[in-house]
Amino acid sequence: MPISDQARAQMREIAARYPSARSALLPMLHLAQSEEDAITTDGINTCAEVLGITPAEVTAVATFYTMYKRERVGKHHIGVCINTMCGLLGGDAVWDAVVDATGASHNTTTPDGEFFLERIECQAACTHAPVMTVDWEFMDDVTPASAVEILDRLRRGEQVQATRGPVIRDFEATERTLAFPDDGLADAPSVDDKMLAGLKIAREHPIEGENA
Amino acid sequence: MVTPLTPVITEHWDRPDLYTLDGYRAVGGYQALDKALGSDPDDIITTVKDAGLRGRGGAGFPTGLKWSFVPQGDGKPHYLVVNADESEPGACKDIPIMMANPHALIEGVIITSFAIRANHAFIYIRGEVPNAVRKVEFAVKQAREAGLIGKNIKGSGFDLDVVVHSGAGAYICGEETALLDSLEGYRGQPRLKPPFPAVAGLYSSPTVINNVETIANIPYIVDRGVEWFRGFGTEKSPGFKVFAVSGHVKRPGIYEAPLGITMRELLDYAGGMRDGSSVKFWLPGGSSVPMLTDEHLDLPLTYEAMAEAGTMLGTGTPMVFDQTVSVVKAVTRWLEFYKHESCGKCTPCREGTYWITGVLEKFEHGQGQQAEMETLTDLCGQIAGRSFCALGDAAATPYPSAMKYFSEEFETSTHTSADEQFDPIASYVFAAAGVR
Repeated sequence: MPISDQARAQMREIAARYPSARSALLPMLHLAQSEEDAITTDGINTCAEVLGITPAEVTAVATFYTMYKRERVGKHHIGVCINTMCGLLGGDAVWDAVVDATGASHNTTTPDGEFFLERIECQAACTHAPVMTVDWEFMDDVTPASAVEILDRLRRGEQVQATRGPVIRDFEATERTLAFPDDGLADAPSVDDKMLAGLKIAREHPIEGENA
Repeated sequence: MVTPLTPVITEHWDRPDLYTLDGYRAVGGYQALDKALGSDPDDIITTVKDAGLRGRGGAGFPTGLKWSFVPQGDGKPHYLVVNADESEPGACKDIPIMMANPHALIEGVIITSFAIRANHAFIYIRGEVPNAVRKVEFAVKQAREAGLIGKNIKGSGFDLDVVVHSGAGAYICGEETALLDSLEGYRGQPRLKPPFPAVAGLYSSPTVINNVETIANIPYIVDRGVEWFRGFGTEKSPGFKVFAVSGHVKRPGIYEAPLGITMRELLDYAGGMRDGSSVKFWLPGGSSVPMLTDEHLDLPLTYEAMAEAGTMLGTGTPMVFDQTVSVVKAVTRWLEFYKHESCGKCTPCREGTYWITGVLEKFEHGQGQQAEMETLTDLCGQIAGRSFCALGDAAATPYPSAMKYFSEEFETSTHTSADEQFDPIASYVFAAAGVR
């Protein structure tokens, strides 16, 4: 599927946000990826054309950032954090379970196009280790069993709720959010008990004096 | 006396509507903005200087001083860029702030922009966390609709546009000059300093780059004053900190407390170590700072005390590991990260992280050679201080700091693998529940 005329117009809209149009390149590439499920030659050429730079210049940027994929991702991007905290607290076992359940490996898509697997680096959620992501939405505190169950439910087309985020859509929808963040999902649950751990204690033990 | 927890930025996080403009206003939000718009911008800079707020992104540079480096009356556009690229292993406090209390960040952005005379602000959020991106965008949209962002804000004559920008997966973009290149639409690679961003930053114009938590402090300082702020913390580390405690503790999570609280106190608040467990090593703020052990639990968590102990407060997000963890494996994993994230610009970092990782992986598999411990020391010495940015220095940190306390584990790893020394299952958080 080539980049649509609508997406081309939207790229110009993104470019207009910035004092210098080229600043829009990263969100534009996210939009291109939401159209084609990958960064394709067409996507690169369209970005280049909109910004008046060369395809080589766009390619240099697209290949630097790991979120841009040259191979089609498929319906869902599955990330398992294997950095020290998550990995050693169980992420390594979660990764093995996800690999076993899908038959895919790092940076590959399952033959049915359902899942793209990636060993991801720190997701800024170490308090919720081990962390998995589905289309980059948080699946906190997973176990090998719960991770596989999430995949099963996604495969069956059931509704899956992110732990701190919206109901899972698909990879292309997330990529679109990164280009146009006003996606109507800001009311998604985003605060959980771990984020309230200190506040809860402070409420139970109010401090005396002027700092209270 | 036990140091009390002091929720300020986190005070109303249990309010389900705090992320909305109405919810934030109901708890006093945007009062500081009124105060700020009615004062001289230079006075706001002085207030932040006097408060002694230090950057919460890791380096701890005095915020007001940074702002004062922006030349005024120079006829150039000024920019504020918020570094919301939180990607340091162990750091997990900016993303929660953005998801729970985005308007504190936005109010801080407006006040800061007013102070440094910027009419354009950017919030650069890592792309891997769309839920933070949409929350902040929603807050910006609501603020814009309410006339808090835009032309002639509240009749002050001050104009401000705020753009929420998504990154695309590169730890290096947390380095401020790499972030600027990325925001200009290039590969995120660090620039040579000087010139510093305050003089030639975004689009070669004067630019202030501040961390999310730093900016989220601003409304509270402006609203409640210098004396109130200095009532927390120490002389050199005033104020409070959103600590995020992770690892083998009973209740990992967010604990906001005055700077100067000890790790032992934070551990107590976090419910202590999990059953049958004790502290083996911990890092005060990210994988880029040297590790400490249970000998250091009573040191105050301040910039100065951590420096004296040979480490850094960093992001103030302690990672705590118990006796089930192989330090060799932990360090190898961090180096694999730095190797993956090195931007490739400087040879010592690009090549050095590759070689260190290769040698460390031999140790992890029980195949390290005695002489290679010196090779690792040598490699780290060849990287530290020899690259444009701090990523190289960070990559050269975990191994020497682990050797300081756990050299015998590296000795053992010349013949026995990390997994044979430490059963990996024992360190899983779900191990006790028998989940496998």
